[in-house]
Order: sequence, then C-alpha cells, then structure tokens
Amino acid sequence: MSNRKDRLKGSLINFAGLLVLFFILVLVMQSGVVSSYVRGIIVQCFFAIIMVTSLNLVMGFLGQIALGHAGFMAVGAYTSALLAKAMTQANILTATPAAGVVQFLICMAAGALMAGLFGLIVGIPALRLRGDYLAIITLGFGEIIRVIIQNLKIAGSKGLAQGQAGQPLIGIPVMNNVYVLYWIMVLCVAIMFTFVRSKYGRAIMAIREDDIASSCVGLNNTYYKVLTFTISAMFAGVAGAIFAHRGLGTLSQNDFSFLKSTDYVIMVVLGGMGSMTGSIVAAIVLSALPELLRAAAQYRMLVYSVVLVLVMIFKPTGLFGAYEFSLQRGLKRLFGGRKEAQKA
Amino acid sequence: MEVFFSQLINGLRVGSVYALIALGYTMVYGIIRLINFAHGDFIMVGGYTLFFTVPLMTAAGMPPWLAVILAIAVCAAVGVGVEKLAYSPVRKKGTKMSTLITAIAMSLFLENLAQALFGANPKQVKTIFNLPNIGNVSGNTILTIVLCVAVMLALQVFVQRTNMGKCMRAVSEDKEAAILMGVNVNRTISITFAIGSGLAAFAALMFVAQYSQVTNTMGSMLGLKAFIAAVLGGIGSIPGAMIGGLVIGMAESLSKAYMGALTGGVITSAFSDAIVFLILIVVLLVKPSGILGKNAGEKV
Amino acid sequence: MSEPLTNPASDTPVLEVKNLGINFGGLRAVSEFNLELHKGELVGLIGPNGAGKTTVFNLLTGVYQPTEGYFKLEGRKMNGRQTHQIVAAGVARTFQNIRLFKQMTVLENVLTAFTKDLRYGIVSSTFRSGSFWKEEKAIEDKAMDLLRVFHMEDKAHYVAANLPYGQQRKLEIARALATDMKVLLLDEPAAGMNPTETAELLDCIGIVREKFNIAILLIEHDMSLVMKICERIIVIDYGETIAQGLPAEISKNEKVIAAYLGEQEEEGPIC
Repeated sequence: MSNRKDRLKGSLINFAGLLVLFFILVLVMQSGVVSSYVRGIIVQCFFAIIMVTSLNLVMGFLGQIALGHAGFMAVGAYTSALLAKAMTQANILTATPAAGVVQFLICMAAGALMAGLFGLIVGIPALRLRGDYLAIITLGFGEIIRVIIQNLKIAGSKGLAQGQAGQPLIGIPVMNNVYVLYWIMVLCVAIMFTFVRSKYGRAIMAIREDDIASSCVGLNNTYYKVLTFTISAMFAGVAGAIFAHRGLGTLSQNDFSFLKSTDYVIMVVLGGMGSMTGSIVAAIVLSALPELLRAAAQYRMLVYSVVLVLVMIFKPTGLFGAYEFSLQRGLKRLFGGRKEAQKA
Repeated sequence: MEVFFSQLINGLRVGSVYALIALGYTMVYGIIRLINFAHGDFIMVGGYTLFFTVPLMTAAGMPPWLAVILAIAVCAAVGVGVEKLAYSPVRKKGTKMSTLITAIAMSLFLENLAQALFGANPKQVKTIFNLPNIGNVSGNTILTIVLCVAVMLALQVFVQRTNMGKCMRAVSEDKEAAILMGVNVNRTISITFAIGSGLAAFAALMFVAQYSQVTNTMGSMLGLKAFIAAVLGGIGSIPGAMIGGLVIGMAESLSKAYMGALTGGVITSAFSDAIVFLILIVVLLVKPSGILGKNAGEKV
Repeated sequence: MSEPLTNPASDTPVLEVKNLGINFGGLRAVSEFNLELHKGELVGLIGPNGAGKTTVFNLLTGVYQPTEGYFKLEGRKMNGRQTHQIVAAGVARTFQNIRLFKQMTVLENVLTAFTKDLRYGIVSSTFRSGSFWKEEKAIEDKAMDLLRVFHMEDKAHYVAANLPYGQQRKLEIARALATDMKVLLLDEPAAGMNPTETAELLDCIGIVREKFNIAILLIEHDMSLVMKICERIIVIDYGETIAQGLPAEISKNEKVIAAYLGEQEEEGPIC
C-alpha cells in the first residue's frame, strides 16, 4: 500500500499532466488554427468521453449491458436546455460571459440531477433482471423516454410556454467555452476513477464476476447495482447538458435514438470494458474519426460492425482490456530505469 | 363498433406478421439462448430479395408469390452464414455480453450493407397478391392470418413429432447432455437458424404484400416489437410466440386508434410504440417467463 | 491429519435449525431438517447425489427461502432475510463449483469480503479523505494477515483465475472467513482434487478450526475425509434425514448403506 508521500507525489504528477494538456489546449485554441468546426469536434470529444466512461461503469465494471444510455443523455440535455432558456428569458445570469458560465453550470447540474433521478427510476426495476433481459428493458426505457420527449409541448420548437410538440428545440443558449468544458470533463472522469478504485469498484467488479458469490461475501448486490446505474445516468446527464449547449443551439429527439445508444456501446466495447483509459481513447478516436473521414461516411458503420465482430471473436474484453494508463508508471519507465518501473 | 372491429382485424394482421417473426426469435433463443438482434434484419434481406425476384417471376409468367421460395432460400443462407461466421466463434470464446454485442453488430452490418448496396431510398415492390375482399376485410389480411396460424401449427408438429425437432428440444434443454446422446449440435443449430430465418422471409412476404415498400431500416422496429411479442408469449415457446404476436399487434392497433380519445389528447397515437415497450417492461417485471414460458433458474 | 479437536459444547448452539424444509411446486427438496451446531464443532452432511445437501446450504444462506421451519444464528431468526444480511450476521460459505472472482487478484478477492468493515461513503471516497486511506489500509492489513494464515501472502497479486485448483479452493475458504464468521458451510471442498490436494485441504481445515474456532458444516462425498474429520454426521436422502450420529455408527447404519447402494458412486477424478 502506498504511503502518504507516494500518494502526494502521484497526485501532483497527475495534476501536472492535466495542466500540461490544458496548456496544449490553450495554445491550440489561441493559435488561430481552430475554426468553429474544429471547436465543435473538440466539444464532441469531451461529451463523448463523459458518455463512454460513464457507460463503462455499468458495462465494463458492473458487467451489465445497458442499451438506453442515450435516454439519460436526453433527459440531461432537455432539462438543461429548458432551464437555460427560462433563465435567459428572465434575464438571470445573462449579463457577462462569466455569468453565462455560471448559468450553464447551474443548468448542467440540474440536468445531471434529473438524469440521475431517471437512472434511479429505471435502475430499480431493471436491475432485477439479468443479461439479455436487462439489455432489452434498458432499450425499452430509452425509447420510452425518447417518445415522451418527442411529444412534450414544452420541449419543441421555441420551447416552454411557446413550445410545440414534435419539433426540434431551438434557441438554446450556447456554451462552447472549451476551457470550462475541459475541466468539467476532467472532474467527471476523476470522480468516476475514484469510484472505481474504492470499495465501490471492487464491489461491482465482484458482482460482475459472480453475483451469487458476491452476495455470499456480504455484498448487497441491488444497492451497488442501482448506485452505479444512477451515477452512470447522472454523468450521461452532464454529457447531455454539454451536448445541448454546443454551438448549434438546437436539440432534436433524433439525437437520442437507440442508434445513438449503440454508438456509445460500440465505443465502450472497442475501448475495453473495464478500462477508463480505453474508454477515453475510443471516445476521442471514434468521435473525431467520422468527422475526418466525412467522405467515407456511409461505410463507417459497416466497418465498425465488422471490427466489432472481430474484436468480439479475438479479444472479447475490448482492445484495451482492463489496462489502465498511469502517468506515474509511464514516467518511471521513461526516466527512472527498469528497476524502478518494475516496483511501481 | 365497426371501427373497433376493423381495428381488431387490423391488429390481428399486424400481429400475425409479428408472430411469424417472433417464431423465428423464439426458436433461436430456445436453442442458443441468444437474442438475435439481427433477426429483424433478416426480414429486410427477405424484402430486398423479393424486390428483385418478384419482377423476375412476373417476367417468367409465374405467380409473383412464388418469389418467396427464393427469398426463403436467401434468408436461410444469410441466417446460417451469420451463425457460422459470427455467432459460433464468439460463443466458443466469449461471454453472454460478447454474444449480445455480436448480435447487435450483425444487425448494424446488415442494415448498413443494404444501405451501401441499395441506397437509403425505399424501393417499391409490385403487388404480389390480387385477392378479393371478404366483407370489409381485405384478402391480404385473411391470407396473412391464415398463413401465420398454418406456419405455427406446422412448426409445432415439426418440433414435437420429428427427429430433428427432438434434437432441437434436446439441445435447448441441455446442450452437454445432447452431445453425449449423439446429437449433432452444430447441425441442429444451423437448421434452427435456417428455419428461423426462413420464417423471416415469410414475414417479409406478408409485410411487403401489405405495404409495398422495402427500406434498409424496415427490419429493426419490426424485429424489436416481434421480440417483445416473443418475450410476452414466453420466449422459447412456439404457441407463446403466436399469442404474443397477436396481443402486441392488437395492442398497437387499438392504441393507435383509441389512445387519443381515451386520454383526452394527452397521449396520442405517436405513443403506440412506447405502449408496446411499456408492455414489455410490465411483463419483464411481473412475469419474466412470459405467458406460456417456464422459469429456468440458475443452479447454485 | 490429527484427530478432531474435542470442544466442550457451549449451551446455546451457534446454529439452530428446526424442521427446515422447502417445497418446489410439489417437489419436497428438503423436509424437516434439524440441526444444532455448536461453536468449534465439525459436522458432516452426506447423502447420495441429489439428496438435497446443497439445497440445505442454499436455505441456510438465503439463496432459497424456506417454505417450512426456521433457523437461528446465535439465537436470532434468520429465515426471510436476504443472503447478504445472513452473511453479514456470520454465515460463511463455499461452493461446489468454486466461485471466485476470477479476473480479480487474490488480495482483491479477500478485500471484497471485508467491505462491510468499511464505513466511508461516496464523498469520502471521491475526495480521498484521511478516513478513506486509513480504512483501506486497515482492511488491506487484515486481508494480508488472513492470506498469511493460509500461506498465500506471496500470491496476493496473482489473478485468481491463474491459481492451481487446490489454491483456488483455499482462497475461497480464506475469503469466506473474512470477518467475524460464526458458521462455515463447506460444499464438497474436496471435489475434483487429487490425493495431494486433498491432504492440503485437510491441513487447511485444521488451520481453520485451530485459528478461528468456528462451527463447520461440511458436505462431502469423499468418505475417508468425512470419517476422518467429522465429529458427527447427518445423512439425508430425498431431502429427508435418514440418520444422525457418530461416524462409527453411521458407517454401520443399514438405511445409510441402502441409500448409497443404489448409486453408481465411484471414488476418483470427476470426468
């Protein structure tokens, strides 16, 4: 077990790494190379990272198949968007850009809480089932959420009092301050990481491995399953909020279909179920790739599905498996020589 | 009252198509415990095959519905192919989760392959049946319902009375024991897939006869609702698939017609999809084994 | 293996089972099962295949809910409770087909069993508070101590799936003993073991009795093992208790012999 000094060193190294990445981001943004198109991709990567890591909590660490993750994203997105519109109409926190950030944070938190609530409502009945049935019931809930939103008057067109059902929501205040979003993403991933490296992570992995044995070592399966599912839904809500306030300012329920849920499932599976690192890498690569390969868009899913089957045949746990990148370990290997690295 | 009756008949027709599809789902699930997400897309394969072969039949001067024979062959081939190339290798090495993911992947593959080959626009298929109406009910509808019942009966007889049927039941009960008893499990699984996918071709025929259109996404919603039907009736049970299909069909039909009136406009016909999903959720929570299914617990 | 330890039985049995039974829609899998288990005792539960022995274990751990009778742990009624509650109260168990957390390490397997000793919540965990680190260190120390008792401390970071079969069984037993266990239910621990592994298992059970003074109920088919270490034996067939007593009596009991004679029972490796 690490002692206090090692832990402090580890934390400092990780924080330093995050700062370095941040400065790279600042440089890139300030350099003038970045068009709004590229900015859009960066934002897309951020919320994809949050979606994929949160889904990995349920699929990789808890070992359950959840096919309705986009539904929670939708709840977060619409909650945040509608609250933001209401606040803007009432001129609350609209004066300066800084106020705008605070408004966004409040709306995002509301979205997260709402999504978490839905996660709880869906999780309690759904997690009584296993395997195939759980997959289908989460799919069902995702679709029900989508259909409900589609038919809500306040969620369409101009929204709220002037809303019309069945129309894309427009006029959503935009928040695409990449710096703020970067730290939100970092915070989300950090929270999920601490969750996994704790009694909670061990408990859900035990449930994943053998849920009869886990109850026979004294773990309350239902509690941990529902807790994880709810937390996962909450972060999907955060991602949804970021999505809702991205450059375009519109939301359509088509953005949250079953197909979207499958996109994220694919990212989790390819990245590696049980590896946060894998999720992050997969999220970035599979979000940026389609944009870069616009030309071959129609073949994208075709290639993905074939790759997916191949991965399932040859490496069922996903490309990264359960591997986690550790900056500390990496640096030791680079600079500390062999002996030191082996001790890590 | 007339409206109600016609909606009911409508529901029976839609339900019959669901039942045909559900039969395929239930057979495959019974034997390898896999929800074949791609099953709905086998229907799409059948649909596109019909799109190409119906004109061929007409040109050759033969009744258009004979094209279904080709469709059955193609669907069966695709079904067995998917099983051998994707499901079987994954089943050997993987977990429950990886087989389910593979099924989802195959579904995506088929849908996108069709899109790449045929484009995203719907294709029109010429009328297949020219049947007279009986009373207010179209000939198509009656044929669909009759066909569905006939297929179910035939299947039930096949599974209960023939040797291959016995093999299927043996493998679905206890694969290891079946191997020990000399059953060629791989062949049994292949034949099950072939039959299941062939049924999808029938469903495609009846669907296309009614709606005249094929697109690459026609299978997914159909397949999903048919799966719900199979679960409702008791997955693994052939009569159950039939019952489940009809119930779901009628629920959808009636909710489309009456939901608006019943709830004063709050819940409209657009919710009929959600209603079907709600039925699924209720079934899974109240009686997961479905109407006719049996509970198979895990041995501790 | 040394002879079974004699313990003066304390007055209140650690585990008291009265007329426990379960009906599976007409099939009485277990009926009128009675048992009084005292601290430190080692009782054997034997019977032909399918007699209902594992079902009894499942009843005692809440995996099945009894349809008749009850059982008490240290005087507290346990039926109706959920598995994790019964386990937390002090009933530990191993399984016929070893159920380890295969992809987790040896240490992590044992750590999961100490979860109930951890009091920190989500907030403490997220912010890595002092109590988080203190509690984590505490259970890691306890877990390593436990592994040391079973001479497995050097394998702490091995992935459980990579251990040889005999070691996996030992780990399963170690994991079961994590915190304050009063009763240990061992389900065919010697299944699939060769003579060397069985001898190691005997040592292991000896260590358990010595260090933990815990009551043990043992299901086994290996008769030599049963006769060697059990102080008392209960025999069940078709869910009913057909004999109870000392090993010597049981081996001569006619009913017991008859119950086993119809069996194609063979000693040896399971194919």
